[in-house]
Amino acid sequence: MTAVDTAADVASPAPQPRARLQVRDRISRLAWPAAAVVVAALVVVPVAMLATSVLDPNVEVWRQQWQTRLPDQLVDTAVLLVGVAAGSGAIGAGLAWLVTAYRFPGVRALGWLLVLPLAMPGYILGFVTLSLVGFTGPIQGWWRDRFGQDAWFPEVRSMGGAIVVLTLVLYPYVYLVARAALRDQAGAVYEAARTLGAGPVAAARRVVLPLLRPALAAGVAVVMMETLTDFATVQYFGVDTVSVGVFRIWRGTFDRDAASELATLVLVFALLVIGLERALRGRARYASAGGAGGGFVPKRLRGWRAVAATTACVGVVVLGFGAPAAQLVVWSVQEVRGERGVPLAGRFAEYLGNSVILAALTAGLCVAVALVVANASRFARSPVTASAARLSSVGYAVPGPVVAIGVLLTLVAVDDLLGALGSGLPGVVATGSIVGLVYAYGVRFLAPGLNAVEAGLQQVPEEITATARSLGARPHRTARLVHLPLSRASVATAAVIVAVDALKELPIVLLLRPFGFDTLPVWVWNLASESRFEQAAVPALAIVAVAVVPVALLSWQLNRRHGATTTPDDRPALR
Amino acid sequence: MGAGFTLAAGNGPSPQEEHQVNSAGRHLTVGLLATLALAVLASSCSSGDGEGVVRVYTGRHYDLEEAFVQFSEETGISLEFLAGSDGELRERIAAEGEDTQADVYLTVDAGNLAIAAEQGLFLPLDDPVLIDAVPENLRDPENRWFGLTSRARTIVYHPDRVPADEVPTTYEELADPRWEGRLCLRNSSNVYTQSLVASLIAAHGRDQALEIVQGWADNAEILPNDILILESIEDGLCDVGITNHYYLARLLEEDPDFPVKLQWANQDGRGTHVNVSGGGVTRYADDPELARQLLEWLATEGQSAFVDGNHEYPVNPAVQPEPLIAETFGSSFVRDPLNAAVFGQLNADAVRLMDEAGYS
Repeated sequence: MTAVDTAADVASPAPQPRARLQVRDRISRLAWPAAAVVVAALVVVPVAMLATSVLDPNVEVWRQQWQTRLPDQLVDTAVLLVGVAAGSGAIGAGLAWLVTAYRFPGVRALGWLLVLPLAMPGYILGFVTLSLVGFTGPIQGWWRDRFGQDAWFPEVRSMGGAIVVLTLVLYPYVYLVARAALRDQAGAVYEAARTLGAGPVAAARRVVLPLLRPALAAGVAVVMMETLTDFATVQYFGVDTVSVGVFRIWRGTFDRDAASELATLVLVFALLVIGLERALRGRARYASAGGAGGGFVPKRLRGWRAVAATTACVGVVVLGFGAPAAQLVVWSVQEVRGERGVPLAGRFAEYLGNSVILAALTAGLCVAVALVVANASRFARSPVTASAARLSSVGYAVPGPVVAIGVLLTLVAVDDLLGALGSGLPGVVATGSIVGLVYAYGVRFLAPGLNAVEAGLQQVPEEITATARSLGARPHRTARLVHLPLSRASVATAAVIVAVDALKELPIVLLLRPFGFDTLPVWVWNLASESRFEQAAVPALAIVAVAVVPVALLSWQLNRRHGATTTPDDRPALR
Repeated sequence: MGAGFTLAAGNGPSPQEEHQVNSAGRHLTVGLLATLALAVLASSCSSGDGEGVVRVYTGRHYDLEEAFVQFSEETGISLEFLAGSDGELRERIAAEGEDTQADVYLTVDAGNLAIAAEQGLFLPLDDPVLIDAVPENLRDPENRWFGLTSRARTIVYHPDRVPADEVPTTYEELADPRWEGRLCLRNSSNVYTQSLVASLIAAHGRDQALEIVQGWADNAEILPNDILILESIEDGLCDVGITNHYYLARLLEEDPDFPVKLQWANQDGRGTHVNVSGGGVTRYADDPELARQLLEWLATEGQSAFVDGNHEYPVNPAVQPEPLIAETFGSSFVRDPLNAAVFGQLNADAVRLMDEAGYS
């Protein structure tokens, strides 16, 4: 090799390496959709394991259900879905707008306090609500003492009660995405519209609302999925949804096939929700090419308006978090001081550790996978990647226990297959370790993570991706150096939402955990399933306390970035 | 388009941002590696086969630990248990098959036990100790499972609002329009309700049972748990109800003046409906001998430790119930002799019948 040759190499690469580069580029371009398809398959297989029974429907069960409870269940499910979606949408978006566009006493603290109900599991708010304002609770007791035994009081154990409770714990999903979208996208255009002469209402309606639509649709879809698959909270309120029906059939008639057939109805509802989300999102693609711009310049509220704004926010925080948390504290203190003590309290550290490990593993897994799937859709915009992304979300539309059994059957089938090939896995593959557990959590909670990551990526203009690619960055480099930093807030949101969901999750951990791996929700369930609700207060409080940590971190981050873009009160000239 | 291009080119990552990005990427990688390591660690920790250990899957979960600790102390056999929902645990044992770690499956409700036996999850045990300790109607006819505690589901009422001569004495009576708006019952998703209705089907046949359940549905406020039923009677939402006896015992333990009384149902007829919690040795138990020792102990020396904490009645006639229920409720009431396996098998019919009756 001569000096001249070396110089020539540096100046222009030899033709062969260039060809190799192109091959590598093509492989890397194919790798993304391939990865997305693999993910979709991993999610779909456990669900399909159960859904196969639908190919051979049990006509008798369907006829019997159709003649008895099913029509009412369909109506109740629809009413509940619409009610919770409307409530969460209105409260979530309304409060996000309030704390972003206005200044009033306590707004900074309330901005993050409003996320806290996310840390309150629905099944816990359910039993606390019944204990406090139900017929046997202190509030109705006082009411009857005051106004007589037959004094009218709104029926708490009712559809209305279920809608209120689920709305109070689920609206933060909408609030979070709405706030992020308002901060990142809407500030500049709102100010522009105002400058161009639109009144605040007109500007909000004609500019901000359309911009928010995709985020709102995504948030409301998450809320509806959570509502659809809930079967614990609604039972406290005597609401008979399709999910409740699935469990009655399964546990009561021991007919798993019939139950999984009915569970496909839950999937049908879920498809409707997804369709609705697509329709609401429309073909709209809004990306802000210049970052957040100036952001909102919050307007100061005075007099009764300020009082009303503060009251509304405080009211929601108290109902969704403050009051139930206080009740849990009161019960906990009673239990800790009481002579019977708190059952199993000695294992607290172990439960806590297991819960945290599980939540962290799930969040890490879901966010990593969501990044792959979302980026795959961006790099190879094809029907294949699009449907892979949608199929990856299907686990969220399936109630937890159904996912758990699907995963169990899948892992056992894999084990049998390997055994037939002569290389069986050691021990019990599905339930001897937490691998099966994390897999099931991944199947169940990929969707909320993916939703948030996709929403973040949507804010990165296509042009930026195209630019990075045309400048020679291969997809993984583009994803890492361009997409990830630009959607960092959304990725963090995804991790927190998944982690909090995993902290609260109960039915999957109940079924798939190995010996000795108990978590905080298992502890609550141990007591609550025996109607020992007050004794369950200590572990319930522990779940809430743990879940508050990531939620608070997220809120703090939201606030900090918010504070960075809008320094209060020092830009009066723009008003 | 142009704007996007310009901005992207102009605002490319500064060296500092580049560094941040890289470290974010590294964090992610490190996180994923840690994930993998933890998962492997966890799997290696718990997949060891325990020698001389009995492993129990249990759908019954309160106050188990004390009894289990006592068992280990007395016999020197170590014990591990995993609590869960009965139906799901059954699915788990079935799916795990030969690989299952469970040696014993304990659960509440005869329906769950009967279906587990039907699925072939249990090993039949012709064990003289168990057969001797557990009355015939509280165990499987083929000795695949044995009841270990018994719980009576009976009538409760508020003595101030239901005069002594009007206290209902049978389940059937509660279908009478006289109790309209005065009755509290538990929802149909609950196994105790299902078993009770199954026993009505066994006693009266399907059609008459349907009529009774329809009467209940017309009269009753349907509540999600037994404690709420008792408290609702205390507070005046209703005057009578049907609950398991030990929930009332629990409330009486906390407050001896709790104003709800118990009436043993159907004393002049077939007797009060009695359900069991119980268990059996799983078909693929690693060491069926140890598992059998656990069941034997629970049915004999361990009876009190196992049943007293939850105020249940021992199944073993040689063992006395704990003082609170013995003194307050008595123990000589007439029990429905129907074999628990029978109402276990009728459970599915009971669920469908309640659907038809509009019993939510």
